[in-house]
Amino acid sequence: MTATHEGTMRSSVGDPGAEKRGMNLTLRVWRQQGPTVKGKMVTYKVTDISPDMSFLEMLDVLNEQLILQGDDPVAFDHDCREGICGMCGLMINGQAHGPQQTTTCQLHMRSFKDGDSIDIEPWRASPFPVIKDLAVDRRAFDRIIQAGGYISVPTGTAPEAHATPVPKKDADNAFDAATCIGCGACVAACPNASSMLFTAAKVTHLGLLPQGQPERNDRVVNMVAQQDREGFGGCTNIGECSAACPKGISMETISRLNHDLLGALRAGARPKS
Amino acid sequence: MVTVTDSTQRRAPKAAKTTSVFKKAVMAISGIILVLYLIAHMIGNLKAFAGEEDFNHYSEWLRTIGNPALPGATALWLIRIVLLVAVFAHMWAAISLWRQAKRARPQGYVTKKAVAQSYASRTMRWGGVIIAAFVIWHLLDLTWGTVNSAGDSGPYDKLVASFSNPVSTAFYAIAVILVGMHLRHGIWSATQTLGQSNRRREVTVNYTATAIATVLTLGFLLVPFSVLFGLID
Repeated sequence: MTATHEGTMRSSVGDPGAEKRGMNLTLRVWRQQGPTVKGKMVTYKVTDISPDMSFLEMLDVLNEQLILQGDDPVAFDHDCREGICGMCGLMINGQAHGPQQTTTCQLHMRSFKDGDSIDIEPWRASPFPVIKDLAVDRRAFDRIIQAGGYISVPTGTAPEAHATPVPKKDADNAFDAATCIGCGACVAACPNASSMLFTAAKVTHLGLLPQGQPERNDRVVNMVAQQDREGFGGCTNIGECSAACPKGISMETISRLNHDLLGALRAGARPKS
Repeated sequence: MVTVTDSTQRRAPKAAKTTSVFKKAVMAISGIILVLYLIAHMIGNLKAFAGEEDFNHYSEWLRTIGNPALPGATALWLIRIVLLVAVFAHMWAAISLWRQAKRARPQGYVTKKAVAQSYASRTMRWGGVIIAAFVIWHLLDLTWGTVNSAGDSGPYDKLVASFSNPVSTAFYAIAVILVGMHLRHGIWSATQTLGQSNRRREVTVNYTATAIATVLTLGFLLVPFSVLFGLID
């Protein structure tokens, strides 16, 4: 932050060393006072942004500027800023998490050029209502997890690790799916605002492991019913989700979910009402 | 503190058959039935190259399949009923999922950049609507002859009359290309929906979808353009 303050003091206009010092950017940010208030895009200028800053640090600079001017800072979701918590998420120039396939916190300003104009919007989906500005309520994902994204195991001493062998391939695929951090970029990027990739990652992760078998049929049926209930759209296999996913969850998981769901329906599993 | 819409209050799908994945399965299976029909239809069309007599004979055969065990056009009507059910099931699933998607994002983005979608996947819905409109015109033209200048004559004459007109051929060609694109994405999507795709098969599935779509498009375009350029008359 110290460097940032020094940075804002310097003038970079017409300076031959400007390229080294930092970028001047025009930001168009979605501002919305509250869930029921109408929002709009507001233009701000930020100057002398270091290419080494993360996107969120750039927004911190904007907010400091707004606070100094006596304006309301822009609300946005963030937490660990290490790309693992799944809390941050912005639509940057029309792409979920911006031009790199990573989380917003791990996106660096070197992905932009001096003079760029950047549009920043919240995730758009009716199950993700805007709380304020760029912050959205993603508890719909928690409720999908509650509907079946768990396994029931007795608590107590941890079982011996080798007691339940897992084939290497299954372990790898389950782990790939388990890397989902629930950020919601899949929903944001999907033309249908479908949460299919998220739910599919959870269904794949647990459905491939022996511990996930007892509840496998009920899990898929209840999780899909819950995502419909939350108001997410249906999947049309376009692939925007997987292309935007910071963890690169593959479309294969969606096929696996569909396979499990149709099998479960045939086996007589029905969603809990 | 802000208040947030509590979506737990939303209505739950009453039965399994109303879940989005079930609708997609209906769409996939009805789509497969329609693709199989298109393959048969294309092969039938190519009979036009065998001449008027063979073509009309084929048309007559369609109306007498299974005779005399089955009376009259029973077999043809069975096929028609299956097709009608498939078409309406396909449309029901599509419209219902379309509405679900609209409800899921009432407010769109100011800026949205697509990175993965193809022209084919983007045009599935409106393409489907145009194809449905084309099918109605197609039946009025070549089945009932209502809008055909050779109205009451045999199938071969209606075919030649329709496609000698460049406007009619152009409309047909646009619709067939739309069908081709619809299949390009549809076949891949159906494979995913029925849970038959995986990372290893993904490339093969996509190539197969492109191959089937291309063969059908070219197969359907061959006859009208041959008529237009006088190869069939």
